[in-house]
Amino acid sequence: MGLGGHTNEMFRLLSGIDRNIYKPRTYAIASTDAMSSKKLLQFEQECTNDINVSIIERSRHVGQNYFTSIFTTIWAFFTVIPLVYRIRPKVILINGPGTCIPIIIASLLLALLFIIKRPKIVFVESICRVQTLSLTGKILCYLPVNILVQWPQLTEKYPKTQYIGRLV
Amino acid sequence: MVQERVLNELKNLNIKHLLLQVGDSDLIDFPLNGSILNDVYIEYYKFKDSLDSDIDKADLIVSHAGAGSILQCLEAKKRLLVVVNETLMNNHQLEIAEEMEKQGYLFYCTCSTLQTTLKKFQQHQFRAYERGNPTLFGRYVNQIMLDN
Repeated sequence: MGLGGHTNEMFRLLSGIDRNIYKPRTYAIASTDAMSSKKLLQFEQECTNDINVSIIERSRHVGQNYFTSIFTTIWAFFTVIPLVYRIRPKVILINGPGTCIPIIIASLLLALLFIIKRPKIVFVESICRVQTLSLTGKILCYLPVNILVQWPQLTEKYPKTQYIGRLV
Repeated sequence: MVQERVLNELKNLNIKHLLLQVGDSDLIDFPLNGSILNDVYIEYYKFKDSLDSDIDKADLIVSHAGAGSILQCLEAKKRLLVVVNETLMNNHQLEIAEEMEKQGYLFYCTCSTLQTTLKKFQQHQFRAYERGNPTLFGRYVNQIMLDN
């Protein structure tokens, strides 16, 4: 989950998921983000028994410079390892705020060490991205992650991405 | 929005009521709430929790370039003018407004072209916007869970 647009887009995406199949669900919300928690309770009000919420450190604050974000990302990465180990996710859905890269790296690393089974990972690029991928999207192109974009022209520039229609 | 030339343009579009969300804007030189200028009734408020009912009642919406606002207005099937911040020119945050205009769903402009762009709404028919389909996403996730 993340600020404003990302959270809204994520709830729109999740409205297309069969929540009777995909449970329990764990939501990772940044420690600085009260808004998402509020929206989450509203979205999941009928299935609060199926959800967990984990508050995690943001790897990069809006506007933070790229150099210091390397260190905050590494720190965030160490804090999410126990979380991923405990949850052992089968599938991880992400859409790009600063909280998601550490979770992905931690999951892939634990899988590489045969500590957990490698989860399926789906990243959905924001509808705002028409011509170029976000930094998160660009990084994820190098990892075993399924990347969905919402404008077909992006698939020509980034062959690893897929367009299956406008989703939000 | 409340400049005389803009209000005149609204009048030409047969718009008689201008409702503004002004946020924390500086309201120096702003007309009084409830005043009528150039035959347009002007009303404003700072913030509201939900703009749904105001959007519902509108004939034409002037919005910023945030994806959430754009989608909300198009899904409500409203005529939409997106005003982009000139200092963000060539910024990726404008991509969505540009692309949506290219697809025929809305017009976008900057503050300096607001009035001339409003003229384009005369007898213009926008392409109907189909909302995105999250069930495609649900099906995709089901599919990859089956793959090994």
